[in-house]
Amino acid sequence: MSNTTAAQPAKRSLGDIDLRAVAPFVALAVLFVFGAMVNPNFLGLDNLTNVVTRSAFIAIIAIGATFVISAGGLDLSVGSMAAFVAGTMILFLNTGAVAGDSGMIAAAMCLALATGALCGLANGLITTLGRIEPFIVTLGTMGIFRALTIYLAEGGSIAMKSQELRAAYRPIYFGNVLGVPIPVIVILVVAILGAFILYRTRFGRHVMAVGSNEEVARYSGISVNRVRTLTYVIQGICVAIAVLVYVPRLGAATPTTGLLWELQAITAVVIGGTALRGGVGRIWGTICGALILELVGNIMVLSDMVSEYLIGAVQGAIIIIAMLIQRSLGRR
Amino acid sequence: MKRFSDTGAGIVPYGHTGTVVEERRRKGRPPFVREAFLGRENMKNILMGLAALALASAATGVQAQDRQVNMAVSIPAADHGWTGGVVYHAERAKKTLEARYPGLKITVKTSPDGASQANALEDLTAQGIDALVTLPHNSDELTDPIRQVKEKGIFVTVVDRALSDQTIQDLYVAGNNPELGRVAGEYIKKELGGKGDVVVIRGLPIVIDEERQKGFDEGIKGSDIKVLDRQFGNWSRDDAFKVMQDYLAKYKKIDAVWCQDDDMAVGVLEAIQQADRKDIKFVVGGAGMKEMIKRVADGDTMIPVDVLYPPAMIATAMELTASNFYDQIPIRGSYILDATLVTKENAKEFYFPDSPF
Repeated sequence: MSNTTAAQPAKRSLGDIDLRAVAPFVALAVLFVFGAMVNPNFLGLDNLTNVVTRSAFIAIIAIGATFVISAGGLDLSVGSMAAFVAGTMILFLNTGAVAGDSGMIAAAMCLALATGALCGLANGLITTLGRIEPFIVTLGTMGIFRALTIYLAEGGSIAMKSQELRAAYRPIYFGNVLGVPIPVIVILVVAILGAFILYRTRFGRHVMAVGSNEEVARYSGISVNRVRTLTYVIQGICVAIAVLVYVPRLGAATPTTGLLWELQAITAVVIGGTALRGGVGRIWGTICGALILELVGNIMVLSDMVSEYLIGAVQGAIIIIAMLIQRSLGRR
Repeated sequence: MKRFSDTGAGIVPYGHTGTVVEERRRKGRPPFVREAFLGRENMKNILMGLAALALASAATGVQAQDRQVNMAVSIPAADHGWTGGVVYHAERAKKTLEARYPGLKITVKTSPDGASQANALEDLTAQGIDALVTLPHNSDELTDPIRQVKEKGIFVTVVDRALSDQTIQDLYVAGNNPELGRVAGEYIKKELGGKGDVVVIRGLPIVIDEERQKGFDEGIKGSDIKVLDRQFGNWSRDDAFKVMQDYLAKYKKIDAVWCQDDDMAVGVLEAIQQADRKDIKFVVGGAGMKEMIKRVADGDTMIPVDVLYPPAMIATAMELTASNFYDQIPIRGSYILDATLVTKENAKEFYFPDSPF
């Protein structure tokens, strides 16, 4: 199933004869062949479904990161923000403020989306109005969101108390529609929306313009600050959507929730072909990057070749090789 | 300063700790361990004992409680459930101890990694402290910074992770890591009838994880238990969930899972439930997280037991250190808490609904 997700956009890009955009998909295909050689169970439907499903968090967050990075920004706070949004959402679910399980879950989802958007807005406004480097701003908010989560949890974890509510919400991660897991559907919907906004709207073109050359964009009459701030809001909403899928999985937010997700999201974006300096954004490449990251971890556990101490090194090497394959294709 | 030896009160609550335990450890005998977990009940008893001592000292006419003592507590930041529990219990012990000894000032400082903990130790020492209670991030990295603290004549209590040079510490309070592994291994050996396929999820590559693995291997020694795989789950629910999903894809038959930590057990159970696999008979975690203790008490077949490794050991260490200054109780040596097997029968003793962990 992940084959189809990967192959469709690849075919579309082939028509444009843009090899650089195809490159991440080639790397993904190479990884598939490698995985199949390592362990026959790798190509099992269960395993592939698991991997694609759990890549959902990073993939969805990375779609938001594609916007921020395309516009020349950076958001390091997404992992902590995910933990914070998850924490507040579960605390709200535990209050039982709304009658009925589905009503309660819907209300909590709206709250989470609003919280995410506000967190993103804060990042955006501090960056643009305060005229501070986004690296520093989001490094600061990263600490703030993480500490707030730990404070709310009193150092422990925040878990959903009601078992009925838990059971009602569980299918959002574990359920499927016609055999396609719901998180995968969420990735596709968010990616289609993201691709539409980035490629087909005026705002999307403004994002690219701001990312390629801020001064030129300003002289062309684009409100640079507004565009930049909005990309952070989009990032915040994407984090909240990822949380909506994350919470039903384990039903808890812990101090390790979202740890290092920011680095994984940025890596996924870069593997996908988006330039860190801004001006180029590739939504489908980003999805592909998130899949590559998750597959590498999966293949490592399935293989018996590598000592458990060396897994990190092999993961790093595979990511670099994937980038090299991409580059060599891009040059042709 | 000799007044307690007159009353003989000094040996009452902690007569069995100190160097005797150290001696027994050296001889390879199990340490005397009376209480596995300084739970609320036990704590209360000890507090009452100490309160009685405090009264006795007041009766001698010297207000020892007013003596000014600065105690610094340096611990890792709450980066997973267990360390979260450590922070919680450190803050709680700070409150009770400061209320009991008016002259005592406790500073609790959390650090996200080993390097910043080394800095924190320097800062705390510079403020002028009399005692340091520390749970080091990493033994090797922090041995020298703690040695420098000791060289200033400060009383040093080390918790949980032993230093590379054991002569530095005045007092060592810890759970029993090899024992935690061994108890889990022996339980699995017994329950599976000495034969079966087991997967292991490790924590982080540090000393205590190694000790637990060695203990586990010792526990299953001499049986036909086969360890199919060992991977790191970083003491994280999410990572353990992923590793377990991958194990389930890789192995068609697994009899039992040992994941040595209750946080990770949460992720493992979720992965098993999702895969709807019936071959796994049970999961053994460890530490004593309240949700898991509750499952044991409720007779959950997937979590039949838990192995204790209580984060409240930081409070034990702070209590003992404070009593060194105010009550003149001999406490130097090692205080090793037992890795008790929590079963359905005794689970109630270890269940604390108010604790965050």
